[in-house]
Order: sequence, then structure tokens, then C-alpha cells
Amino acid sequence: MAEIIERLEMNHITKRFPGVLALDDVTMNLQKGEVLALLGENGAGKTTLMNILYGLYHQDEGNVLLNDKKIQVQGPLDALEYGIGMVHQHFMLVPNMTVLENIALGMYQRTRFKMDLEKVRQRVLEVADRYNLTVKPDAYIWQLSVGEQQRVELVKVLTLGANLLILDEPTAALTPQQTDALIDLLRQMITQDTSIIFISHKLNEVKAVSDRVAVLRNGGLVFEGPTEDHTAEDLAEKMAGREISYPKTSKKEEYGRPILQIEKVVAEGDQGTDSLQGVSVEVRSGEIVGIAGVSGNGQRELADVINGIRPVKEGRIQLDGVDISNRTPQQIIDLGMGYIPEDRMHEGTIPSFTVRENLIMKDYRREPLAKNFFLRKGQIDTHAASLIDAFKVKTPSMATSCASLSGGNIQKVILAREITRKPKALVAAYPIRGLDIGASEYVHSQLIQAREEGMAVLLISEELDELLDLCDRIAVMYEGRVLDVLPREECTKQELGLLMAGVSHGKE
Amino acid sequence: MEKNKADKYRYLTVNIIIVLASLLIALVLGAFLFLIAGANPFEAYGVMLTQPLDGLFGITEMLVRAAPLMLVGLGIAIAFRSGILNIGGEGQIMIGVIFATAVGLSLPEMPKIVLVPVIFLSAFIGGGVWAGIAGWMRAYLNVNEILSTVMLNYIAIQLYLYLLRGPLIDPKEVSYGTGVPQSALLPEAAWLTRFIRGFRLHSGLVIAIVLAVIVFLFLWKTTVGYRMRAVGAEPKAATYSGMNVKRNLVLAMVLSGGFAGMAGAVEVLGVHHRALESISAGYGFSGIVVALFGGLHPLGIIPASAVFGLLIVGSDMMQRAVEVPASIILAIQGLIILAIVSSNIFLRNPKLRDKIFRLLGGGKEAKIEPEGGRA
Repeated sequence: MAEIIERLEMNHITKRFPGVLALDDVTMNLQKGEVLALLGENGAGKTTLMNILYGLYHQDEGNVLLNDKKIQVQGPLDALEYGIGMVHQHFMLVPNMTVLENIALGMYQRTRFKMDLEKVRQRVLEVADRYNLTVKPDAYIWQLSVGEQQRVELVKVLTLGANLLILDEPTAALTPQQTDALIDLLRQMITQDTSIIFISHKLNEVKAVSDRVAVLRNGGLVFEGPTEDHTAEDLAEKMAGREISYPKTSKKEEYGRPILQIEKVVAEGDQGTDSLQGVSVEVRSGEIVGIAGVSGNGQRELADVINGIRPVKEGRIQLDGVDISNRTPQQIIDLGMGYIPEDRMHEGTIPSFTVRENLIMKDYRREPLAKNFFLRKGQIDTHAASLIDAFKVKTPSMATSCASLSGGNIQKVILAREITRKPKALVAAYPIRGLDIGASEYVHSQLIQAREEGMAVLLISEELDELLDLCDRIAVMYEGRVLDVLPREECTKQELGLLMAGVSHGKE
Repeated sequence: MEKNKADKYRYLTVNIIIVLASLLIALVLGAFLFLIAGANPFEAYGVMLTQPLDGLFGITEMLVRAAPLMLVGLGIAIAFRSGILNIGGEGQIMIGVIFATAVGLSLPEMPKIVLVPVIFLSAFIGGGVWAGIAGWMRAYLNVNEILSTVMLNYIAIQLYLYLLRGPLIDPKEVSYGTGVPQSALLPEAAWLTRFIRGFRLHSGLVIAIVLAVIVFLFLWKTTVGYRMRAVGAEPKAATYSGMNVKRNLVLAMVLSGGFAGMAGAVEVLGVHHRALESISAGYGFSGIVVALFGGLHPLGIIPASAVFGLLIVGSDMMQRAVEVPASIILAIQGLIILAIVSSNIFLRNPKLRDKIFRLLGGGKEAKIEPEGGRA
């Protein structure tokens, strides 16, 4: 077991990539028993800095001191020797192995030929007990919820002997409740000779969990100090380097005609049970209606049935007066539906296709992009160039594959494609999930723009701030039902939170 | 844009180096087999790789092999690009041969200008429908297409052997009592033009090259081709943007089988002028390797099929020149296939490719994605 990390210092770290100064003279330190939040927009250098600490990259200049001794970490295994462990944003677990087997997987490299699962079990239970992390050693990973899998990752790293944990956006896949639980857990863990570096751009979490905060911007350290002395807004500005104003909508006196009418829709989920049990929602022209709720309560199914990807079992969906229930996705698109799907890498775009190709996915057969079965390169290029420009997509060229863009830019590609088609209705599922502040702000401003242009927008989200900023009315979904559709003025966070947890509010 | 282009060429060079290196590894491993058989590997390889190019006979024969390989390879590329695997080229060739022979024999009076296209079309339909069965089962019944295409191979081969011994057998073979399982000779109007007197090189090669260009245009310049590639690259996103994934899978399989069927027609009309028992010589399988070797790109498949034509002819010649058992040739062909297929892991994986790139001295310029690029 590695010695306890009393103090870690990173001094004057500079790292250059061809054409990019990724880190510029960054100095940072960490004491035993504290949570340091590392804040920054995507591309600010957070991950590069942590990869240096973890041995995946070597710094060009500067040094790392561990308990006042200079160290040069050679790689992940070496990092663990020093007691540094990392939990990645995307879990590194084998789904069809048990928890115990997954943890043992990280140990085999030291013992080579012999694996004593009982010994592993003992270690795991010891660690779980010490840090109060409950895990089921014999459960298969695929049986566990995302929150439980996260705990397994934590136990894994701790069992392997880490006492400094680097958590890379640990809450990206968690529900609000799971996030709260994680924060409690982390606060508890630091009382056990552990220290934590918490990478995130969600300010609420950073406020709740960290003792100190360091902000990176464009590779440089722009701020470092105690968390409690600064407000979330303050930190957001430091991160973005400018004033951040979350765009908000204001109440309208009049709305247009009903565009998207969902009437008592019943539909099956993937497990064969009814995931939608008679959902009714109406969205009018020029209105944003929010669907709040903890994900997994039927939101995915709702978005799917509206877009023709999942059959409607009972009930009816109308788009501007036309019945679209059980039509094909193509027909529904042709009738004027836009969709920003939840999974932007697999549903929203084709990662291996170029930006240009992704931008024509819904109109590739239509003039002027095509004529008589032939794609018109000139038109397609003009189309791509104008959208890239209008939506400020950051890409080396229109011939770059979408897979190499950042999440925010991929979302911009999808937004550009969907909004410029001028659909009558737009379904946006978790449109800012995983995006940084700047990108979220942009997505929101575009949704508001769509509202101004008279689109009927259905916004599915679990971020209450997002819903309260944008929506004219908010419906809460719980176990396949819509509990209440409330005008925004009548909603409070607490009330929505209760409804999301399935507690019907006291209407007397 | 400029930088992108330079990158593209650099990576193309790396790709070619990787493929050549994998070939070299296969040949080095094969050298041990020659040593065991008591032959000089240098001499053997010298014969195999140079003798076919040393004279008109070798070159024309190489191109004669290249034509069917190219057609099968094109079909495979269409299927793979559309996200469905076709291992049934062999069976589809057989069906193509049956259709080509039957149609050719039943239209003896037709002028050439009509007959040849009709035969090609019927072979295309035959092979296409045969492969379409597997495509349909995959799309609508969720039957694994690798299994179904392989199984359909067996059925096609047995069907073919039955027809050659029964309904399609040359009446002369029956009346002379020799009973060789082959069909009657097709009318001369159906034969493909031979370019040089005394050599078998025929216009099938030109047809194949033209079709390769057409496939390229189809996949990258038409709406249907775009849709098929989209479905192959990410079926979910394709569904979400309104494309009918199932219908496209079937279409891809039909086109793929159609090309294999035409390869059968080329062998009948260009080389043998009748259906013979072992007409395909494994083109249905080698065609897969040709397609992979050509980077699943129609314009890469043209040179790839020539290389494999060379290997087939060259190994024949080597067998005679250094007097090694025929099975060693097969083993070496197998090694080459393994090496090329394994080299794919380098071609497909950008990280490994970058590593090789740096090893080759691309050092400073190598592209490591900084966080700014990806995040």
C-alpha cells in the first residue's frame, strides 16, 4: 500500500501539443483530507493536467512533488504505486463480470498467475466498510444502476491502494439524487486520510463538495482559492472569462394554435411493460413545454413515440392537426417534426461521417441538395459552410468527422440541422447534458430563438434550473405518467423536486 | 483544408506501408514452409512475384483472374459499407453461372449487343435474389447474415452440381456416354471479346473496371448511396433521421449478391464459354480479401484485384518452377490473407496508426489529440 499523501504539489507545469499550448505554467497543490475542485470549460486543460498527474502524458516543463519528493509518474500502474487513482467519466467496467471480478481485474497485473478471489473479497469488504461504500460483491455490473457502478469504480480504485482520487466529471451520468448521495460520500471519504480532485463544470456540485477550487482557462490557472468565498456566478465568470447570463424566457400573453397534441398515449418500453401509461401533453406554437423527471420514467419512450421510432399502443399524437401516431419516422419528419435526441453520438449524428455529411442527414434527398438521385456537392458545401458559420460550429473543416468534435460542437451540428429545417415542433431531449457553460448558454439561446419563431418546443430535462429558465409550462413525469402540467409561475424547485420523486403535491 | 489534404496523403502512405509490411511478414513466415519442403524461398518468391509479369501470358492471365475478383470485391464492399457482411460470394457466383448459362443457352439466335447485357442482367438478378434471401432474413427475422450466407453457399453449390449432372448437362456428354458434368457450349454471340489472339484476356475486365467506377459514384455521389453508407455507419442515427434501415440492408445484400452473380457470368462468357464444375476457384472468398485489401473502396479494389490475380497466377507458376507440393501454395495464400486481415487492426485504429506513423519518422508532426481538440 502506498504511503499516505500528505501534500501534492504541481509546480509550473507546461505542456505543448503541436500548435497548441495545452497548459501554461500551472501551479497547484493539494493537502490531505481536502476536496479540490478543478473547474474549466471543455478544452481548458483540466484533463491534460490530470493526465500528467496520472502519467499518461509527461510535462514539458515543471515538476510534481509528492510529500516533498519529486516524482515522475510513468503510467496508470505507476500512479497507483504512488497512491494516485483515477475514476474516468466513462466507467471502465466489464458488464458481464461480477463486481469482485472487475476489481480483481486491476490486481492481476501484480500477481500474474494466481488470483485469489476470496482475498479480493476480503479487501473489498474492508474498504467498503471503512469508507461506508456499500457494494454487492457478487452482483454483475450490468445489473447495477449507474450510481452503483460509480461506487464500484470508487471501491476499485481504493482497493487498489489509492488515497488520492481524481474524479473526472463523476456526475455526468447521475440523476440529481445519485449526485447528492455521491457528494455526501465524498465528504465522508476525505475524513479517512483521502484527498480528492473533483473535475467538473457543474457549479452547484462544486460548491457543495469542494473545500478549494482551481479554475483553468485556455491552459492557464486563472483562479485558486477557498470555495466558500465565492458564489457560483462568480466562478462561472472566472471559468468563461466573461459575464455569463443564462438566457431566460419571459411570460407571453398569447400563444399560437396547438401544434403538438399528445392524447392519452400508452406505449411499451424495452422490457415489454407499459412505460407510458396514458400521457397527455399539449404544446402550442411559440411555447416551450418542459418534461421534468428523473430519467427512466418514460421520457425516452415519449420522445420515441412522438418521432415514430416506437409504436403507439393506445392514444393519439397529432402534429398541427394531422394524426402522426404510428407513422414512419420519415413521414413524421416530412410533416414538420424536429428532434434533438438524447444520445448525440449515436442517435443524433453518425460519428464517422463528416460534419458536412451529418448536416444533410434529413434533407439529403431534397432540392437543392440533391437532384435526380445525385447529391450536389456544390450546394451541399454551401449549405454546410453557411450552417457552420451561423451556428458557430468549431471544426477544422466541414470534412472533419463528427467523432473528433467536442460534445458542444456536435450538439451545434444537430441544432443547426434541426432548427434550420424550420420544423413546426421540436423535441429536445436533455440538450445540454454534458455540455459546458458556454455551449449550454448557446443551446438555450437557440431554443429560445426557435420559440420566438413560433415553433412548439418540447424540452425533456432533469435539470430544474434549465426548465425554470426556459419553459412556459412544466410537466412532471413519474413512472410513465404526467402528474401535472403547471405554468412556470406556479412552480418552485422544491415542489418540482417532490413531484419528481412521485409525491403528489397537496392540492387539498 | 490544405492541412487536411496533406494529412490525408500522409495517412495514405502509412496505410500502404502497413499493408506492404504485412505482406512481407506473410512472405517471411512462408519462407519457413519452403525451407521445410526443401526449396529455396528466394527462388520461389522470385518466380511467384516476377514471372507472371515477365511476358504477355502471365500478365493477361493475371488480369483474367482480376476481373471476377474485382466484381466480387465490389459487391462485398457495398455490403460491408452498408453494415451487413456477405460471406456468400461463392454461392452467389454459382447462381450467377446457372442464370448466365441457362439464359445464354435458351436464346441462341439473339444478337450479341442484346444477348450479353441480358445475360449479365439475369446473372445479377440471380445472385442478387440469392443474397437477398440472407438480407431479408437478417433485416426482418434477425438471422445472423454470416451464418445464412455461408449456409446458402452449401445449398447453391449442391444445386449447381445437381444441375450440371442433370438438366443443364451437355447433351453431347450424354450421347457419347462420357458424362463429364458440364453444360453445352454457349452460342458465340454470348462470348466476350478477346483482345489478343491466343490469350484469354477478355472484355470482362473492362466491364469490371467500369462497374467499379459506377459503384464509386453510386456510393459517394448519389442519395441512395449516401443512405446506404449512413445505415451502415450508424443504424440508430439513420433511423432517427427517417431512413428505413431494414429495407436498406436488403437492398445492400441484393446489390452485393448481384455483383457476385455477374462475376459468375464473366467466368462463363469470358473464360470457359460454358458452365464447368469448378468454375469459381474460390473467388467468392478471395473476393472478400480483395475488398478488405482495397480498403472497401471501389477505386482501391481495382489494384487490389490485380495484386491477387498476380498471387494466384504466380503461385501456379512457382509450383511448377520449384517443384513444391501444391498445398504449400495454399498455405502461403492463407498466410497472406491472415496478414492482410490482421493489418486491418492497424488501419482501423487511429492510435496504432499514429504510433506507426511516428516510428516511421513522422515524429514531431504526429497528431496527438490535445484536450482542446476533442473535449
